[in-house]
Amino acid sequence: MSDRPIIDIRHAAKSYGPLEVLKDISLQVQKGRIVAIIGPSGSGKSTLLRAINDLDPLSSGEVWLDDIQVNKALPPRQYETHINSVRQNIGMVFQHFNLFPHLTVRDNITLAPKMLKGISKAEADQLAVEQLNKVGLLDRIDYYPSQLSGGQKQRVAIARALAMKPKVMLFDEATSALDPELVEEVNLVMKQLAEEHMTMIIVTHEMGFAQDVCDRVLFMDQGVVVEEGPPEVIFRNPSNERTKNFLRKHLKGQH
Amino acid sequence: MGLDFSVVPAFAGALFSGALWTIAITLSAAVLSFFGGIVFAVIALYAPLVIRYPFRLFAWLFMGTPLLLQLFLIYFGLIQIGIDLPAFVAGVIGLGLHFAVYNSDIIQAGILAVDKGQYEGARTLGLSRIQTLRKVVVPQAVRSVVPPIGNNMIALLKDSALVSVIGVAELTLSSQMAISRTFRPFEFYVAAAACYYVINLGLEAGLRRIERRIQLAR
Repeated sequence: MSDRPIIDIRHAAKSYGPLEVLKDISLQVQKGRIVAIIGPSGSGKSTLLRAINDLDPLSSGEVWLDDIQVNKALPPRQYETHINSVRQNIGMVFQHFNLFPHLTVRDNITLAPKMLKGISKAEADQLAVEQLNKVGLLDRIDYYPSQLSGGQKQRVAIARALAMKPKVMLFDEATSALDPELVEEVNLVMKQLAEEHMTMIIVTHEMGFAQDVCDRVLFMDQGVVVEEGPPEVIFRNPSNERTKNFLRKHLKGQH
Repeated sequence: MGLDFSVVPAFAGALFSGALWTIAITLSAAVLSFFGGIVFAVIALYAPLVIRYPFRLFAWLFMGTPLLLQLFLIYFGLIQIGIDLPAFVAGVIGLGLHFAVYNSDIIQAGILAVDKGQYEGARTLGLSRIQTLRKVVVPQAVRSVVPPIGNNMIALLKDSALVSVIGVAELTLSSQMAISRTFRPFEFYVAAAACYYVINLGLEAGLRRIERRIQLAR
C-alpha cells in the first residue's frame, strides 16, 4: 500500500456568514484505510464529508482525489463536466437513503452506470445482480423501495453506490435513521467492504462500530478536529477534555 | 309539443362519429398538454431569464384570455400570416397549449416538492443536472401530481366542445346539425350530454388505472 493519500483535504474552511462551520481542517486518507469521524451534532463532520464530493462546497481550501482537485475553480459549464466525472469515483451513502422511489431496485442500481458508462442493458443487469448479491438482497431486485425495510433500503443504496465502482465510499450517518434492530445488517455490509479494503470515510454515532472497523478516528467539535488517532487510543485513552466529555455522554447507555 | 326521443336513433351514426372526434381531439390535446406542461414547467423553473420572462408573458396570455378567443385566433387569425391549419389541428393546438399552461403550474409545484435528497442522490452518482431532472426529478414530480392533472384532463374533455365553433364536427356540433334538421334541441342536447358522460366515465376509469399503477412507485 502506497503512502500517497487517495483523499487529501488541505486547509478546508467553510463559513455561513459569520458562522465558521469548518476551521482549517486537513485530512489525508490512504488507499484502503477506514476513517471514522465522530462528534456532537453541529460539529461540522457532515459538512466536511459533503465537501469531499463538493456537495457542500468549501469557502477555502482544497480537496484532492488522487491527483485530481475535486473543488477546482472552473467556469460553470466546465465545472459541471469535471465534477460529474469526479463524483463517479466517490460513492456516497446518506442517512435517509435517497433511493429513487419511482424505480425498482434494479433500476436504482443500473440508472447511473447505464447513463454514464454506456454499458448495455445485459451488462447493467449483471452488475445489479452482482451488487445485490454482495448486500444479500438479490431476491428484492424487482421490488420498489417502498416495499423494503429501512435496513434493506440502505443496503440497496450501498449497492447502488458500489455499482459505479468508486475509489472511495463516504457514509453520512448511514445507520442513524434506522430502527435499532436494523442497524446490524447495514453494519455487516460495511464490515464486509472493510474486509475488501474499500477506502471509507464514515461519519457515525455508532462508537462500537467505529471502534471495531476503523483504522483511525477523528473527533470533531465546533469546526475543528479536536483529537485524532487509532480507535483504541481515542476510545480508551483520550487526552482531550472535550473528547472525554463527548465519549462519556455517548457511551453511557450503550451496551 | 312534447318530447320525442324516437328521433334520436336516426342520427345515432352522426352522434357516434361526433363522439369519436371528441375522443380524438381530447386525447391528442391531452397528450400535448401533458408533455407541453412538463416542458413549460422546466422552462419556468430552470431556463435562463431571457427565455423565462417571455415565457411568463406567453403563459399569462394563455391563462388570462378566453379559450374560445384563442381558438378563433389560431384558426381564423393565423391564416392572415400564412398559417392555414386544418380545424382539427387548430383545435388540438389551442386546447393543448391552453391546458399545458395549467398543467405546467401543477407540475412546477410537483418538481419543487421533490425531496432535496433525490437531487443529492443522483448528483453524487455523477448524473448531470439535466440527467437528474429527466430521470429522477420530473418522473417523480409527474407521479405526484397525477390526480390534479387528471382533473384538468376532465375539464379539457368538456372544453373540447368549444372547437365546434371552428367547425370540427365533434359531439356538440354533430348534435347541433341534427337539431337544425329536426328542430328537437332538448332531445339531442340530452343525447350529447349522455355521450359526454359516458366518455367521461371512460376517462376517469383510465385515470384511476394510471393512479393505481404508479402507487407502488412513489
